[in-house]
Amino acid sequence: MSEELTPSAAPAPGAANPASTVTDAAGTAARPLDDLLARFRTGERRALARAISLVENGAPEAAELLRHLWSRTGKSHVIGITGPPGAGKSTLVDRLAGEFRTQGKSVGILAVDPTSPFSGGAILGDRIRMGRTLADPGVFMRSLASRGHLGGLSAATAEVIALLDAFGFDVILVETVGAGQSEVEVMGLAQTTLVVLIPGMGDEIQAIKAGILEIGDLFAVNKADRDGADRAVMEIEMMLDLGHMGEAGINRWEAVQPNSGALARLDRTGHHAADELADVKGLTNAARHAAERHGTANPGDISWRPPVLKTVAKDAQGVGDLVARLNEHHQFLAETGRIERLRAAEAKSKLRERISQEVARIILARAEESGDLQMMTDQLANRLIDPLTAAQAILAKHLR
Amino acid sequence: MANERERKERFAGVSDRPVQRVYGPEDLSGWDPERDLGEPGQYPFTRGIHGTMYRGRLWTMRQFAGFGSAEETNARFKFLLQQGQTGLSVAFDMPTLLGYDSDHPYAAGEVGKLGVAIDSLKDFEVLMDGIPLGQVSTSMTINPPASIMLAMYLAVAEQQGVPWSQVQGTIQNDILKDYIAQKTYIYPPEPSLRVITDVMTFAAKHVPKWNTISISGYHIREAGATAAQELAFTLADGCCYVEAAMKAGLDVDEFAPRLSFFFDVHNDFFEEIAKFRAARRLWARLMREKYGAKDPRSWMLRTHAQTAGVSLTAQQPVNNTIRVALQALAAVLGGTQSLHTNSYDEALALPTEEAVKIALRTQQIIAEESGVANVVDPLAGSYYVESLTNQLEQEALAYFDKIESMGGVVKAIERNLFQREIADSAYRFQRRQMSGDYKVVGVNAYADSDEQINTQILRVDKAVQRRQIDRIASVKASRDGARAAGALAELHRASQTSENLMPYIIECVKAYCTEGEICGVWRELWGEYREESVY
Amino acid sequence: MERKLRVLVAKLGLDAHDRGAKVVARAYRDAGFEVIYTGIYQRPEGVADAAIQEDVDVVAISSLAGAHTVLIPQLIELLKAQGADDILFLAGGVIPEEDAEDLKAAGVAAVFGPGSDLDEIIQFTQANVRRA
Repeated sequence: MSEELTPSAAPAPGAANPASTVTDAAGTAARPLDDLLARFRTGERRALARAISLVENGAPEAAELLRHLWSRTGKSHVIGITGPPGAGKSTLVDRLAGEFRTQGKSVGILAVDPTSPFSGGAILGDRIRMGRTLADPGVFMRSLASRGHLGGLSAATAEVIALLDAFGFDVILVETVGAGQSEVEVMGLAQTTLVVLIPGMGDEIQAIKAGILEIGDLFAVNKADRDGADRAVMEIEMMLDLGHMGEAGINRWEAVQPNSGALARLDRTGHHAADELADVKGLTNAARHAAERHGTANPGDISWRPPVLKTVAKDAQGVGDLVARLNEHHQFLAETGRIERLRAAEAKSKLRERISQEVARIILARAEESGDLQMMTDQLANRLIDPLTAAQAILAKHLR
Repeated sequence: MANERERKERFAGVSDRPVQRVYGPEDLSGWDPERDLGEPGQYPFTRGIHGTMYRGRLWTMRQFAGFGSAEETNARFKFLLQQGQTGLSVAFDMPTLLGYDSDHPYAAGEVGKLGVAIDSLKDFEVLMDGIPLGQVSTSMTINPPASIMLAMYLAVAEQQGVPWSQVQGTIQNDILKDYIAQKTYIYPPEPSLRVITDVMTFAAKHVPKWNTISISGYHIREAGATAAQELAFTLADGCCYVEAAMKAGLDVDEFAPRLSFFFDVHNDFFEEIAKFRAARRLWARLMREKYGAKDPRSWMLRTHAQTAGVSLTAQQPVNNTIRVALQALAAVLGGTQSLHTNSYDEALALPTEEAVKIALRTQQIIAEESGVANVVDPLAGSYYVESLTNQLEQEALAYFDKIESMGGVVKAIERNLFQREIADSAYRFQRRQMSGDYKVVGVNAYADSDEQINTQILRVDKAVQRRQIDRIASVKASRDGARAAGALAELHRASQTSENLMPYIIECVKAYCTEGEICGVWRELWGEYREESVY
Repeated sequence: MERKLRVLVAKLGLDAHDRGAKVVARAYRDAGFEVIYTGIYQRPEGVADAAIQEDVDVVAISSLAGAHTVLIPQLIELLKAQGADDILFLAGGVIPEEDAEDLKAAGVAAVFGPGSDLDEIIQFTQANVRRA
């Protein structure tokens, strides 16, 4: 079995032979893809840009590109930035990039905008609001259209992040459309999730808190020069307190007695927190998530209580503090071993997703070729068979 | 029933408001001539701001001019005055509008292209050479640096020995419409509004005949707004300035009589006439009822008008002469105080002298030959025109509510209300044109397939920038360096206080500081505004 | 997955008339393009960076002011110098015939005057994109 599990550079059986790679034979230095890889490795931005296009378009070369570059990934601090439309995310991202640059860090930016469901086109206007840092050669920005992906993030976002990571950016900022499920998705892709809100949306915060409060590692109340900023901060703090005990920032608790028996049962690393808490009555999903990602309130433990900061992105107010906290969160993840677990979880979900995609593709291709797919489809359409039985019949025959 | 059939299902003009086949008394229910129409020259001024209107005095025929260097523009001014024009209007080039000197890298390729380049008082002296500032009135279309251009005008007047109390003219000075549509902003709204109120306060005391702001719908309309949006957004901007000045401590009647407006005149003939009438009525009501103005002059909406540049076509360009004539006629029937008529070749490039002359002659024909200037508000009482006037007023009021609910004009700008509304209208109109629902002669109807566009085009001498750069160098070399530096330092200091900035600006100008140096002080202090683009 | 065409709609220099640029941007979107719009007051260097990073097939520049004869060729040179010579360049706006000739000589594939048919612009773009 072990031989069969050795990763192979050859395309999987049945996969389309990537036309533009011409051949896999050795010594074909003239292959466009080799040239692209070579230029990518020397840090040519145009090569990165082209690689992103290949990945976005699901081009045949994309898989090979990622295979060659994968070993270079895993070094960047990936920060997801989400929040409702109009919260000033782009302007804030521009400011964050500027601040990271003053710390000598290179910054890759991805901004996702929605694709029109009617035309399939999109207008990607985030560069306008990011004009301050884009002239800096240490900043690279790419606009992605969601391309009909349900969650609101582009299906290729994870792979595009991998390319930026492989290219060597210290920090990758991923700005989402702030609608649909993108907040939850970005949490899956990022190590740190920053939720951007604005004052004067009290009721709206109530409405979205279930979705948004559980995913934030940090909260920024942007446009804090508007009325109601302090109230918004207070409201968020209060809601966070419902799901977590402690003070903002890295909490090295000495002797504070946790006031909940449920939380006291968590182990030092919080590793089993979610599973254990799932059995505890009365705890919300938000609390479970927070507990899993932010650690416990056990005396002596290191835990993370999401800080809530005020910013005025247009005037760069509060941005220095925010970056300090983003760095602190990264440090928290590293110190508590969570960064490895995040990577492991991410690897697992990537693998699962890939396997199910590949299996589906292979089985469907076989069933199609044998005519079984058509046959079962007809039977199903004529109500001669139910969907599950039909699927099982196809799997029984072709899953070998 | 066959004779009931119409050419199309829906009839609508350029603003896409559906219109009925015919209008009658039932369309004016609730309309009270006493209250809603009044007498010419009387509240609410629906019929015009003067009792005699054009029987007393014709509108001012004011042609926007300026290109290349100050010398060339000065020659064009003298030509226009000779032709019987009664007021000057200065167009500036883009670097001047945006506060960059001609030697700034961003100015490359733009110097003198869309208007005259003004870098320092030296240029302004040349621009106004031989023109008696005590006798002409001058309109300057400029916004963030408007205070600087007014300062230069006052400095030249002083050199000519003309007291400030006698100089007449207008600066556009309307920054709100820049955030909304025109985009020639430099600084964020707050400091921009501060400079504007400083100018209003200063002029109210020292330059009483100067119109310190020309609240402009023109650019809003040209950016794609409908007539109702133009009306609503412009008057909302006007209210914002009134409130800013009152907040700065001015009495409304001190400055309101010096407020003036600037509207577009587009293709839909009756809608345009109604727009001017609705604007006057609405403004009068706002000023008297909302802001408590007591002086009847504060209630009057005085306006300049310009024919719609956006309606001009590059195809069959001579047709533009007819478009301009119809639009000009609408402006006159609407009761405008002054008018610029576009030249037929402006869709191709800057107008030639011949084209400018035809445009001016168009106004003169309307004034002298058509007979429309003989009667005040001749369309009053028309079921259609009165009902359109009512409708436009109602539509504007609905927008006021929307703006109010967002927390006022500046907040609505920040939240892109105007930008979004305008972009939607612009796109809708373009689509109507593409589908043939709206026909443009020579473009999507009656087009000449083999047309060669062959109009003479005025080209700007590329040497203009070279000369401007040389002049800046010689001005900087010959001026009193210590005085210039001191003036800029004082402006820098005063800008951080609540002092009125006009005296400091005037001192900078007299010390031959350049426009770029003065704007540079504010750029450093206040930063540059960036828009959140909406499409 | 089909390859989406990406177009950068840009304004160069101090020309702030963006009605045309926005209308064209929407038309491209409605025709299924991904449109990167960079806003007004752009320098050639910034637009070139954007074109590279966004890996666009088309750069469409709208100009209603004078500087197109200087700034558009500068932009094209910058992109060619970085090897991005497979981009389709289009220009639109108030561009006199003589200038249009100069721009074509500098590498602009087509110049669309005021009132151009949006569908015609789209069709021309689709037919002339150079990258495979």
